Amino acid sequence: MESVVGLLQLIINGAATGCIYGLIALGFVLIYKATEMVNFAQGEIMMLGGFAAYTFVGIFGMNYWVGSGLAVLATAAFGYLLDAVVLRRVIGQPQFAVVMLTLGLAFIFRAGAGIAWGYDSVAFVTPFTNSIVRFGDTLVLGADNLSIIFGTLVLCGVLYLFFSRTRLGIAMQASSQNQLAAYYMGIPVRRVFSLIWAISAGVAAVAAILLVPVQMVDVNSGIVGFKAFAAAVLGGFGSIPGALVGGVVVGVVEQLAGFYLPTGFQEVTSNIVLLAVLILRPQGLFGQVIRKRV
Amino acid sequence: MIAPFKVSYRQDLLLAKTPAAKASYAVLLVALAVIPLVMGEFYVGELGGLFIFAIAGVGLMLLTGYTGLVSLGHAAFLGIGAYAHAIMLAQGLPFLISLPLAGVITAAFGVAIGVPTLRMSGLYLAISTLAFGSIIGTVLQKWDALTGGFDGFPVRTPTILGWKIQGAIGTYYTSLIVLVLVIWLALNILRAPLGRAMVAIRDSEISAQSMGINLAVTKSIAFGVSAGITGLAGGLYAHYVRHLAPDSFDILLSIQLVTIVFIGGLGSIHGAIFGAVFMRLLPQAIAMVRDDLPFGLGRTPGLEPSLFGLILVLVIMFEPGGINGRWMKLKHWCKSFPLHRRAASRRQKSYAKSERLR
Repeated sequence: MESVVGLLQLIINGAATGCIYGLIALGFVLIYKATEMVNFAQGEIMMLGGFAAYTFVGIFGMNYWVGSGLAVLATAAFGYLLDAVVLRRVIGQPQFAVVMLTLGLAFIFRAGAGIAWGYDSVAFVTPFTNSIVRFGDTLVLGADNLSIIFGTLVLCGVLYLFFSRTRLGIAMQASSQNQLAAYYMGIPVRRVFSLIWAISAGVAAVAAILLVPVQMVDVNSGIVGFKAFAAAVLGGFGSIPGALVGGVVVGVVEQLAGFYLPTGFQEVTSNIVLLAVLILRPQGLFGQVIRKRV
Repeated sequence: MIAPFKVSYRQDLLLAKTPAAKASYAVLLVALAVIPLVMGEFYVGELGGLFIFAIAGVGLMLLTGYTGLVSLGHAAFLGIGAYAHAIMLAQGLPFLISLPLAGVITAAFGVAIGVPTLRMSGLYLAISTLAFGSIIGTVLQKWDALTGGFDGFPVRTPTILGWKIQGAIGTYYTSLIVLVLVIWLALNILRAPLGRAMVAIRDSEISAQSMGINLAVTKSIAFGVSAGITGLAGGLYAHYVRHLAPDSFDILLSIQLVTIVFIGGLGSIHGAIFGAVFMRLLPQAIAMVRDDLPFGLGRTPGLEPSLFGLILVLVIMFEPGGINGRWMKLKHWCKSFPLHRRAASRRQKSYAKSERLR
């Protein structure tokens, strides 16, 4: 019985970490589906979101909810500007030029955050810090992990409603599927793309804020972005539910590998999962195979 | 752009296209050969390091610039080459056997990672090489029995025919010789059917395939050759640092290597050399002005990677041809002076092209 509870705790902790991977992967997928760009700076945008929340809540002493909301908005605005000022100019260049461009941006963001907020890890008190929730007698879970899972579910619900019910959401889907047709229908495709970048940056900021009770924010927390690749690829890079499921799977597998396998395996688990998926099932769990007609 | 009028097919196969180019390469080679006699040990050492990065740059250029496959894991090949060479030297193999063997071993790794990734292109390839690089990096750190873990691995001073390769001058001359050989190899590959096939794959896989090019074979060879050359650079790098540390072959180094190729200019061997020169000069330049910068900016940690990032962003946005492209434009401007026309170097307007189907 003890071991079952322990296993359950491991899985829930893994799922919580996985939700963070999933949210970052969601950011990749949104941008990739729409513009075919892959944003290697997604992890760094998440880091900036975390620092923004720290500024509002930790330094200015705002209420947690107000400060977090402002941080998400600020990060989303940053994402919008990023696309409007930088990424829009490289449309038409080969895909790996964009990959390198976003990698360059990642370095700049890291140094910028270091100059603005310093190189020490920071954190602030949230309603979920250091509190636990008991289920029955034996199962004890941290409120922080549960808040991550719950927050992810709520965010996904909101995004689902946004994309399926609102005019703007449907316009975004249309521009992702066929740019030219969307132009003909009168959709301002360029602005829509910038808004997609804004949503993706906002989602990253939410992930950062949910992560705060578990892990402190520092300049290098963008590294998580590389693990989120595994999640996105596992889900099929282009499938939104796939990204979340992929994230949870990677998180749980990583947690179990850390517990049952010798040291060193936990760090490379996500990479091994990634390579295995790419070799065995390149289209991922939910991806679709497209063939070119000549 | 500007090329001499072609009057025969032979002309297309020449290594140096014009007599002037031939002369300037000869002058450069002689100058490089006498530099250690006149310059201080520090500069000779730095130039040796530059040559090593130029070798790796040429290796990556064959893959990224000519075959169109981007690799974000080339630091792993550098690491494999460095450790293979150092371990074989420690086992008592002579330098002249160990270095080429290190290249062959690395090439085998290159084919091994190349084969499963053949079906991928662009994005997926970048991500999977990134994953491969970080797995190899972790293996180098954790496999203490082979690599000595975080204690590092001392590199033995080798001898060639009784001549000890030591100090800055030894590394300088060995790296220079290997660099010249590698450039010669690369140029020969590029004017052979293999090189033409690589360029065809870069420009369009579908049309290359319909011209009868075996995509899988050509891509694996490109991966193998590129990894092998990078492995040679790794072997020399082992002598350059003299003591291998497992954490020096990380993602940052991979990205630096790709940056060499991008900043130098994709699709030209000159570009790989220019990129390596830039990559090695920038830290020196930063070190020189560090104390004169206002607001203590020079003391900021992470200044160097962020400058690399900034320059990378600016190059991709405003000069996709890199340093080499800028150099060609300058040359063209000088040649056609005063008849230069702005339109000659204006980029064509381009639109989003889907790479989901290639």
